[in-house]
Amino acid sequence: MSEIQTIEAEALDAIDGASDLQTLDAIRVAELGKRGRVSGLMKTLGQMSPEQRQDMGPKLNALKTRVADAVEARKAVLEDAALEAQLATEKLDMTLPPKPEHVGALHPVMQVFEEMAAIFGDMGFAVAEGPDIEDDWHNFTALNFPAGHPARETHDTFFMATPEGGEAKVLRTHTSPVQIRTMMAQQPPIRIIAPGRVYRNDWDATHTPMFHQVEALVIEKGIHMGHLKGCLIDFVKAFFEVDEVEARFRPHFFPFTEPSAEMDVKYTKKGDTIEIGAGDQWMEILGSGMVHPNVLRNCGINPDEYQGFAFGMGVDRLAMLKYGMPDLRPYFEADAAWTRHYGFRPWLTPSVSGGLS
Amino acid sequence: MKFPLSWLKDYLETDASLDELLAYMGKAGLEIEDVTNPAEELKAFTVCKVKAAAPHPDADKLKVCTVDTVDGEKQIICGAPNARAGMTAIYAPLGAYIPGLDFSLDKKPRKIRGVESQGMMCSTKELNAGEDHDGIADLDGKIALGTPAADALGLNDPVIDFEVTPNRPDWLGVKGIARDLAAAGAGAFINDPVRKVSGAFACPIEIELDDPEACPIFAGALIRGVQDGPSPDWLQARLNAVGITPKSLLVDVTNYISLDRARPLHAYDAAKLKGPIRARLGQDGEQCDALDGKTYDVTSDMCVIADDTGVIGLGGVMGGQSTAVSETTTDVFIESAWFDPLRTARTGRTTGIISDARYRFERGVDPMSCVEGVHLALRLITEYGGGTASKISVSGEAPRRSEPVEFFKRDVARITGLDIKPAAMKKTIKALGFTIEDTGETWLLQVPSWRFDIEQSADLVEEIARLEGYDSLPTESLPPLKSTKHVLTTPVQDRIRTARRTLASRGFLEAVTWSFMPKADAKRFGGGSDALTIANPVASELNQMRPSILGNLAIAAQRGADYGERDLRLFEAGPIYLDDSPKGQRSVIAALVRPSKTRHWQSVSSYDVYAAKADLEAVLDALNQPPARFQIGEPRQPHWHPGQAASLKLGPKVTVAHFGALHPRVLKAMKVEAPIYGFELNLNALPHMKARATKTKPVLDKADLTPIRRDFAFVVSDDTAASAIVKAAQSADKTLVEAVTVFDVYQGPGIAADQKSIAIEVVLQPRGETLKDQDIEAVSQKIIAAVAKSTGGVLRG
Repeated sequence: MSEIQTIEAEALDAIDGASDLQTLDAIRVAELGKRGRVSGLMKTLGQMSPEQRQDMGPKLNALKTRVADAVEARKAVLEDAALEAQLATEKLDMTLPPKPEHVGALHPVMQVFEEMAAIFGDMGFAVAEGPDIEDDWHNFTALNFPAGHPARETHDTFFMATPEGGEAKVLRTHTSPVQIRTMMAQQPPIRIIAPGRVYRNDWDATHTPMFHQVEALVIEKGIHMGHLKGCLIDFVKAFFEVDEVEARFRPHFFPFTEPSAEMDVKYTKKGDTIEIGAGDQWMEILGSGMVHPNVLRNCGINPDEYQGFAFGMGVDRLAMLKYGMPDLRPYFEADAAWTRHYGFRPWLTPSVSGGLS
Repeated sequence: MKFPLSWLKDYLETDASLDELLAYMGKAGLEIEDVTNPAEELKAFTVCKVKAAAPHPDADKLKVCTVDTVDGEKQIICGAPNARAGMTAIYAPLGAYIPGLDFSLDKKPRKIRGVESQGMMCSTKELNAGEDHDGIADLDGKIALGTPAADALGLNDPVIDFEVTPNRPDWLGVKGIARDLAAAGAGAFINDPVRKVSGAFACPIEIELDDPEACPIFAGALIRGVQDGPSPDWLQARLNAVGITPKSLLVDVTNYISLDRARPLHAYDAAKLKGPIRARLGQDGEQCDALDGKTYDVTSDMCVIADDTGVIGLGGVMGGQSTAVSETTTDVFIESAWFDPLRTARTGRTTGIISDARYRFERGVDPMSCVEGVHLALRLITEYGGGTASKISVSGEAPRRSEPVEFFKRDVARITGLDIKPAAMKKTIKALGFTIEDTGETWLLQVPSWRFDIEQSADLVEEIARLEGYDSLPTESLPPLKSTKHVLTTPVQDRIRTARRTLASRGFLEAVTWSFMPKADAKRFGGGSDALTIANPVASELNQMRPSILGNLAIAAQRGADYGERDLRLFEAGPIYLDDSPKGQRSVIAALVRPSKTRHWQSVSSYDVYAAKADLEAVLDALNQPPARFQIGEPRQPHWHPGQAASLKLGPKVTVAHFGALHPRVLKAMKVEAPIYGFELNLNALPHMKARATKTKPVLDKADLTPIRRDFAFVVSDDTAASAIVKAAQSADKTLVEAVTVFDVYQGPGIAADQKSIAIEVVLQPRGETLKDQDIEAVSQKIIAAVAKSTGGVLRG
């Protein structure tokens, strides 16, 4: 056995037997270090003849490479083992709870406002606004409620304290004054919805002194009552996320529309849930009509040239019908359990393409 | 308005079933509220024939009857004194529910004093169908065995209740309802004229009208020698059916005519009238002792009826006590007048009187029905109460509309999309009582005197469309708009949406609370002005428009805590009101937390003022409003803790938000436990981002050299704002200093009592070439000098 073979066998044996990284490094130094055995052999190359060197050079280089490779391979094995041993001491109880996060929720009425804005936005309706504290003209007179007429009394109006010698302002009883403000501010064509708070002096199991409406107004040439019907049926289908809706329109009276209509939809009651669209019973869901020519005139729009429709609906009730809240009153109580249960997660953004709910 | 079906059929000849009639009503705009049929309750009961009535072997007052019934021959024990063989009676089978007694018969035959009884024979009282005193119902022998009891008793008469819209006072009379249903196609309108009563003598009571605007026409007549007493059964039955308790003939007849044709009348005891009867305006200081037993102050705005003694009634609203009819009345004067609707409504509102007359007059009574109404009253009263009627005296003239209404046929298609032939339009319009002068495209229409809602062509369009039926309307989706705007919402609406989602994603629950709050609390939040007080609040604690949302949220948070909610986080996006103008209403978003110590196996810090600041900054950041652009100042609202709250300003004038701890005194006054931390952000006050010309984003300017971080600690006086140090460090070298953050604040040993140490980390961002040691040293000296200059701070040794 040549010296090379002997050194190789001994070195590989020692490397293989190294039980920790320190021992392994000592072996590496002993063999490959400056004063190591392999290094010592390499130094002998300088004293050799060219012929000997040609013979021994590759052999010694091969020896050096094999020993170095063996050290690296053993090192990897030992490091791996050391890591395993360390990880074994780092075990955590993964069943412990993380730090608590608060879970928020959006109010169903506000979510339903957004659903409606998405549906009507798809039909080209912009979102308009008006103040809650209105003057008599915008809330009543311009909407063709004559002064002193009993139709005003059906509204259970809240009045603001009257200033000296002035006319009492009112809390708007409906979102319809936004129709007036919109028509006073812009020329047709008009397509708007006006969501907002409205107020009536009434408080019992089915009424709250404040509630929410969405008003819609379309003023364009050539718009007739068939469009009103089509628009509302399209809306109800989209809102309740059903393919078909059996709807009925009945004459009614609103001072600011002529003709006026209430819309009923068929529904089924199954236990506590209500399914809108088909069934054996009718439910009134909103009031509507063609904008009264007096209203158009009051806003400076020529009723022989332009026409259109308007409708208004109670958002709280439509939210109840869609999402099954049994009672109106908790809407305004900021009750945490109610909001967590009936509310919506913040990342649920209603859209026509992605679904409303 | 309620009416029994049989009454409608006085004026409507029809074969339509009840369901069909209800459908016609809905189609014509008479919205059904309720339909009840007394027959429903009497389904179990049928007519029977008593074959024999033998004495009970063991009881003197009972009889053992053998009865032919729909169920065959039955033995029925009966205690009625009038039970007898050959009688036609009403049979209740075993198990039947007896409505007047509110119990059900046993399902199995029961022995009464040892003899089995297989059913029951009923009195009308036991059927809730009348009052009889002689025992069981004793029916006409001609009524066949098995006839439903409801038919035999004339009770198979559904009562329909529907909503009368304010535009149709003619629906407050059954005849008016029939006219509309006939026009809708439900049958033929029976419009027989009232049979006139030719008076035997001139009416001796003079009628004087002082104010032709308030009361333009007044018809009256006297009946002498009347005997007041109960009304005939049919009249009582009709009043009962609609829920009016019959009183006496004179009262019942006036009520009946009011319901029959929406014509209010008033009956006076003529013996109590002194001098002429006069419709005039009231005088301040006068009073009226009204029929409801109350005394009302008369004003000069009211139309009163007076005689020589003074006010004896409020015209069109309520009659007076002094001339009221009673059982001793023998001479009765009937008033049939017309009162101005607006004045009547004002009188009604001033006095608070709610009466059938007011309800009709303020909506509009047919002025042409005055005389007809008196004829009808005279006929009914003399027929059932005797007496002799005078001729009818009429003062004044019925107000009439002289101008015809122009109707454009083309409007029907233009407004409704319906294609209706002119002949069909004409038929409908005529059926409603209009007369038509056809001038081609335009028709000139004389409006019937009972319609107050017809002023222009569109009003006729509605009549034609509703009677055609809205089911016939086409259904067309809205045509797409020619030009579509890209943004359909306003910036503030978008802010509300984003801010709400930001807070909800940070653990807040969204609330919607009243726009009102108690005035006393509103004052604590910097509001409470009289202009924002509600004159007629629904409850005394909801009498003021809120100047802030935080008060309502704080109370809700306390309520939640009382229910055991811990660490409750609430927010609301909604209006606040600074004055009563449209601009005084602001859109704000407010959030608050009522913190409670959270226990966790790792330490968790409680919500505090800085957490509230973080939530506010997160909202601003989400709204593309870099928080650093705002300045922090003293709180400017009274509901904030003076030392633990701040305003967020944009320049010296614009305050966009407040945040921090709510004032403990304010919370205590509202019975809310402190602390509460939160913020309120005015979404209207935030600056609007200028729209960029292009959607393309600017090129990314990313530094390719590693930033260098250096720490400094400064000792400053303890009232120095940390932001002053940060700002000074930032401005020391604006190209190199990338960021400055406070990482430690220290007070205690080693630092003088009135001083504190604030440690900052400064991030230096080299650009182009790496910084050498002397560069870093130079910047550090600049930072130290800048901080020293602006705050007096010295580097901590």
